[in-house]
Amino acid sequence: MEIKDLGSHVPIEGTTVFDGKMAMKGYALNKMCYSFNGAPARAAYLADPEGYMTLFKLNDEQKQACRDKNVLAMIAAGGNIYYLAKFAGMYKLDVQDVGAQQTGMTKDEFKEKLLRAGD
Amino acid sequence: MAQIIGGLSTSHIPAVGNAVANELFEDPYWKPFFDGFPPIRAWLDEHKPDVAINIYNDHGLGFFLDCMPTFAIGAAHEYVNEDEGWGIPVMPPYKGDAKLSWHIIESMVEDEFDITSCQELAVDHGFTVPTQLFWPGLQDNPNFPRIIPISANTVQHPIPTLKRALAFGRALHRAILSYPEDIKVVVLGTGGLSHQLDGERAGFINKEFDQMCMDKIVHDPDELTKISRHELVRQAGAQGTEFLMWLMMRGALGDKVKLVHKNYHIPISNTGAGTMLMECV
Repeated sequence: MEIKDLGSHVPIEGTTVFDGKMAMKGYALNKMCYSFNGAPARAAYLADPEGYMTLFKLNDEQKQACRDKNVLAMIAAGGNIYYLAKFAGMYKLDVQDVGAQQTGMTKDEFKEKLLRAGD
Repeated sequence: MAQIIGGLSTSHIPAVGNAVANELFEDPYWKPFFDGFPPIRAWLDEHKPDVAINIYNDHGLGFFLDCMPTFAIGAAHEYVNEDEGWGIPVMPPYKGDAKLSWHIIESMVEDEFDITSCQELAVDHGFTVPTQLFWPGLQDNPNFPRIIPISANTVQHPIPTLKRALAFGRALHRAILSYPEDIKVVVLGTGGLSHQLDGERAGFINKEFDQMCMDKIVHDPDELTKISRHELVRQAGAQGTEFLMWLMMRGALGDKVKLVHKNYHIPISNTGAGTMLMECV
């Protein structure tokens, strides 16, 4: 493949570029998810999700996305996937589970898609 | 004087941490990936670097959005790995080389590269997984080198340009070569290749782009600096921006290198997994 026309700024379908605007929007949600590096924080969230989300000052959109465990909604609310992965990890969801949910596939279908990328 | 002997690159997918812990080396899914490492381990056993500079991107363990350094250099005697929240084994502490760290920091700032120095830095899977792949046994491996972490921001845009990543590597090259002790240094640049974890485009992998990058990086890395960051996201996926680490490593090797080994396999987890060894000439 030749390198050409690699300077465009046309939006990328299905992709949210996590920039300053998104980082400000999602700060509370990401800060909560960052806390899940620690086991006591994970236990505290699982024991009382509503109280824990309020402690971190999540807005209603962020709270609902967390209640629904809806990754696309969490991203729309400013979530960054590296922090959201820690949220998903609390529920034993791996990156194929998360990928399947976001693309509307079963996990097996999503894994098949990944395999086909090597063809 | 210090000498740079070569550069290593690999993907640093967290699932590899579990696969190593479970010894899945012959498992049909994992074998095509793990088979890329014995030639590199043999080269390391032969050349025995004293220090490894490990260029990776933190994923939300060492840094958060409250304070996000574009380029951070470890300046400690020791670095710890910690729980990242989703269950890969925690590695024992890594021995650093603080004296060399501060030499690099002094030299790079003198060279007008503004960096963040870290006397404490929790290192995540981006740092630990490559060390497990290149030096099995880690501290129990007699050839395990002292190690210095360098982390670049790919969490939050604006991320560094590809041109800046390569220039960072070249400044690092000058810094290491001006160190007066007779040590052998190997430079790691890890992450990528193409993958995207988030959004409706999750699962995106671009074999043609990855292979082009692995080809150009050997003899014509400057050509890759024509790619904009936005286009890197399009071609490599949102997390494929980790290719910046490879360019930083490449810059540190000097102008001419010899490709000794490479391997590429799709998929490992959600990623096009690339591995390379380039020797300085």
